[in-house]
Amino acid sequence: MTVSIIAGNNRFVSDTHAPVDRLEPATRTASAPAWQLNQANGRPVLALSGDWMAQSGRVPPFPPDALRGIAKGDLLAFDISGVGQWDSGLVAFLWDAKRTATAAGIGIAGDTLPPSARTLLGLLPGRVAPPGPPPRRRFEPLAWLGGATIDLLAETGTLSTLLGGTAKGGFLALIGRARMRPVDLLDNIRDAGPAALTIIGVVNFLLGAIFAFVGAVQLQRFAADIYVANLVGLALVREMSAVITAIVMAGRTGGAYAARIATMQGNEEIDALQVIGIPTEDYILLPSILALVLTMPLLYLYGCLIGMIGGGVVAVSMLNVTAAGYIQQILGAVPFSQFLFGFGKTVAFAIFIGVTSCRIGLKAGRSAADVGTAATRAVVTGIVGVIALDSLFAVIATIFDF
Amino acid sequence: MLAVRNVTLAFGPKVIQHDLSFDVRRGSIFALMGGSGCGKSTVLKSLIGLLRPRAGRILVDSEDYWAASEARRTAIGRRFGVLFQSGALWSSLTVGENVALPLQMFTRLPATAIRRLVELKLALVGMEHAIDQFPSDISGGMKKRAGLARALAMDPDVLFFDEPSAGLDPITSSRLDDLILNLRDGLGATIVIVSHELPSLFAIADDGIFLDAQTRTAIAHGAPAALRDTCPDPQVEAFMRRERPEALAATGASPKGVSQ
Repeated sequence: MTVSIIAGNNRFVSDTHAPVDRLEPATRTASAPAWQLNQANGRPVLALSGDWMAQSGRVPPFPPDALRGIAKGDLLAFDISGVGQWDSGLVAFLWDAKRTATAAGIGIAGDTLPPSARTLLGLLPGRVAPPGPPPRRRFEPLAWLGGATIDLLAETGTLSTLLGGTAKGGFLALIGRARMRPVDLLDNIRDAGPAALTIIGVVNFLLGAIFAFVGAVQLQRFAADIYVANLVGLALVREMSAVITAIVMAGRTGGAYAARIATMQGNEEIDALQVIGIPTEDYILLPSILALVLTMPLLYLYGCLIGMIGGGVVAVSMLNVTAAGYIQQILGAVPFSQFLFGFGKTVAFAIFIGVTSCRIGLKAGRSAADVGTAATRAVVTGIVGVIALDSLFAVIATIFDF
Repeated sequence: MLAVRNVTLAFGPKVIQHDLSFDVRRGSIFALMGGSGCGKSTVLKSLIGLLRPRAGRILVDSEDYWAASEARRTAIGRRFGVLFQSGALWSSLTVGENVALPLQMFTRLPATAIRRLVELKLALVGMEHAIDQFPSDISGGMKKRAGLARALAMDPDVLFFDEPSAGLDPITSSRLDDLILNLRDGLGATIVIVSHELPSLFAIADDGIFLDAQTRTAIAHGAPAALRDTCPDPQVEAFMRRERPEALAATGASPKGVSQ
């Protein structure tokens, strides 16, 4: 079969378009792509006309039954003399035809196609393996429960191992034999400590002020204005300053840890550490967790002070309380043991935030989306966990009448 | 197609390349060559609109790219397809969705038509089986090919390849070369390629420019194979023959422009 036979006689449909090179600028309006299956010299010929541009959205589908009348073993030829502009839209249609033909055992004679289209068609497979069926999700409560239990146990084990490794590293650090670089610890402390002073200060100042406002309305009725100092002092020292500092640090530092470690995971940095033999616990976890444990209690004390000042400002300006009276009252109202209680809680919160956010970072996948997920999970776990831990402390304190 | 006129590129006070001028002919495969750190990728960045040149003009079909408005630049850039060094596939999307995203954003095609084009582009690079896989689940070579399919999504006039064969084995790399040649012939696209893989440069590039890290400008123009055989510059000759300049100096060539 040659070009002349197809392009010449025996065509049922004649075209008015002259063959146009695809690089010709679009000076005329595009005509709709059309196709027809003809017979030329007893051979099937697929005649195409019009502009076959993919982005016009007008490229027709090739019906799967279009080649039904053609015998097995025949050669399908193409007549593209009526085609104007074309791009991958034409190739997509030709590929559909090729796949349909291959499935029906019909051959393809591409010698009348433009060389470039023939090249592209040659790259395309005649048969595409159908994608496998999507994995079926069945409702299997028992298997789910078992899987969840195994996951929970494994996760508890990993967390304990991490905590143990970090504790061991911390002990080694105490006797001066850890493989932790002091500069990493200092970097982490700077990020977790001084850099957080502003936000912790603002939040605690406003918190103290809010407590004073709320208390003022009630206490004025009983002319017990001065007791606003007791309210602000106890609430801040025992609960709010510790919890709010921990929540802010979970969002600020815990999220940053998780994102940093997850990104290191994606860059194969964690793998590199493992191969060189530097324990992840010593190099990444220990300085991160230690930095939180060292800075958060100090931030808590600082938060208490700023919160009391915030409460004092409201008390002095709104109530019948002098500054000296407020200070005197608050010193007597908050015993040292309450500070110890808050301080201890903050240390527990710091360990919890540090370990969970590092663990979430280590567990993350390697893509950008996984980094985002890890940061979100670290923040959510941190905040929920801190509040849950705090209620646990409250229960324990009630039992022991602390 | 592309014309670069006296372009100087710099990051802050650090000049990467100065006074670059070259033309990329329509339908050619143009190679940006040079040793590591000479600024090849930086030149590519300025061509695809990621880095504004300090001085000079870049003309796309005789339109000044960097003088155009932001919207106009985006419109010109839509005619570009870029294959980044490691594929740069969006990791939260499947391979198919990666190819589909530009079509969904820039055309009004119905979902079935987009799906058809996505299958076509993936089949062109031999990746039709991986349409529903995530980038994290496929190998480096497959990521490159998927990135190539994405670059082809909008039927671009100009294709930019940043180190297409880096990190691929010789066989995969030569298959990719064949694929690039076939696509050029099939799509009629112009191709700009950044590479220092000599076999692939000789195999596919028919024009090019050699950038030098020391003088910070182009020291040779021409097809890689022609440069290998005829270029008098010892730097270029050493690069093309994969020899160290000292070795060439020992055999008689003058080691001009080489400092340790």
